Amino acid sequence: MKKGWISYPYIFWMILFTLVPLILVLYYSLTATDPSGVTVFTAENFRTFMQPIYMKVLMRSVILALASTLICLLLGYPVAMILSGRDLSHRNLMVLLFIIPMWMNFLLRTYAWMTILDRKGVINSLLGMAGLPQLNILYTDAAVILGMVYNFLPFMVLPIFSVLSKIDRSVVEAAEDLGSDSFTVFRRIIFPLSLPGVVSGITMVFMPAVTTFIISKLLGGSQYMLIGNLIEDQFTRVYDWNFGSAVSIVMMLLILVSMGVMSRYDKEEMGGGLL
Amino acid sequence: MKKTVKKLYLFLIYLFLYAPVFTLIIFSFNNSKSRAHWDGFTLRWYGELFQDRQIISSLSYTLTVALLASLMATIVGTAAAVGIFNMNRLAKSFVMNLTYLPVLNPDIVTGISLMILFIFMNLKLGFVTLLLAHITFNLPYVILSVLPKLKQLNKHLYEAALDLGAVPLHAFRKVILPEIMPGVITGFLLAFTLSLDDFIISFFTTGSGVSTLSITVYSMARRGVNPKINALSTLMFIVVLVLLLIINKRSSGGEDSSGAKETAKLSNLI
Repeated sequence: MKKGWISYPYIFWMILFTLVPLILVLYYSLTATDPSGVTVFTAENFRTFMQPIYMKVLMRSVILALASTLICLLLGYPVAMILSGRDLSHRNLMVLLFIIPMWMNFLLRTYAWMTILDRKGVINSLLGMAGLPQLNILYTDAAVILGMVYNFLPFMVLPIFSVLSKIDRSVVEAAEDLGSDSFTVFRRIIFPLSLPGVVSGITMVFMPAVTTFIISKLLGGSQYMLIGNLIEDQFTRVYDWNFGSAVSIVMMLLILVSMGVMSRYDKEEMGGGLL
Repeated sequence: MKKTVKKLYLFLIYLFLYAPVFTLIIFSFNNSKSRAHWDGFTLRWYGELFQDRQIISSLSYTLTVALLASLMATIVGTAAAVGIFNMNRLAKSFVMNLTYLPVLNPDIVTGISLMILFIFMNLKLGFVTLLLAHITFNLPYVILSVLPKLKQLNKHLYEAALDLGAVPLHAFRKVILPEIMPGVITGFLLAFTLSLDDFIISFFTTGSGVSTLSITVYSMARRGVNPKINALSTLMFIVVLVLLLIINKRSSGGEDSSGAKETAKLSNLI
């Protein structure tokens, strides 16, 4: 049991297949091949990314991700509160029911929304039967935000739920005994105590939302560009690895920075498990 | 009054969550290509599914890759977990950071970075590269499933076995392995499920001619809605659902009841 060598194959594997690839991405992002075929170090790829056309893509990704994060928070916080207020036996079943749709492959879940939102799809036939005007949001920003909210809502609800259900009931009762009405109890006691969960939730929704390329491709249409689509294009269509790597590096930095910012608000209560 | 509002709100949210799932399942039995009208029950799309050569080939690739990758990851990962458990602090923190790297990295970055590596290594993108990629993203989850079991282990068990004359390998096989087996099996099932479920990393690391079910669904979906995808989705959902219910049951009571990769990621973060 004392022999460390049995983990060497793993360490070798992980260095070769996770560390080296990332170093290669960094290398490609900092180099370019000049017309004579010589590879030179340059910041040109990052400068290309600074052009307004790409900055717009970045801005749009960030704004859509922020919007879906906000909607997830507004929709999800009440869900977490209601779930955590249930008695224990009931609660586990409700949480399981909440998680099960997430177990469907997210590609399929997104595809399902194509079926629903399609011009001749479920929603429009229901609206048609009710004599209401048609709704055409497929291939718009709204559809992309809807897809993000749908796919990532559980990531907001579960951390908040896990923190809320650990709150000591007697703290709430004490506040009530001291004469607080239920809104004050929420504002002064419950919400501040649930902040670590809110912070994890925001991080957990924002990160996949800002990096997605499938939701935008399927629900936004093939011309729709988020930063994820930009990266995908560079590797599968344009074959500009240097630029694609630079965009990937920017995306990783964006995520690192947002995680760093969020973890500053999350100092005290680390290490609470899910459920 | 307040209770009714709560119930209604929860009902609407669950409706939102389940509507797409049920739409897919219901329309997979619809006897018409339309996505809006119900033209009677049929199993036609399921029948066509099993005659579609592209789907059968991607099904066999999906299963082969998932099985091989999760087996490899389980063997290498279990050994690694035992080694990591006995490392000193510094080495352990280095290896654990290495373990969390692919878990926290966005899938698209993992995908393109592996693709760059494979092309850099002059490996032709295809079955082999797909398998290597799947082993890579499965490994951390095996380790994260086995390590907690090692921590629960009574340290003296192994020493007792040695005192009674067992050689280390024998002691490991007869004493340690049975004790950590539940974690190993959970790790294997989790790895298998993640492999079945993966799209993004497979998308970037496979080559022409070799495609998994998710990739086939993606290429079909981009051409528009197709009832065969509904049938395929329904089957995939049921398989993954059963697998995850088993995993969930196995690890219930434990800290993480991680299901999909995202849930696993989630429980690692908070």
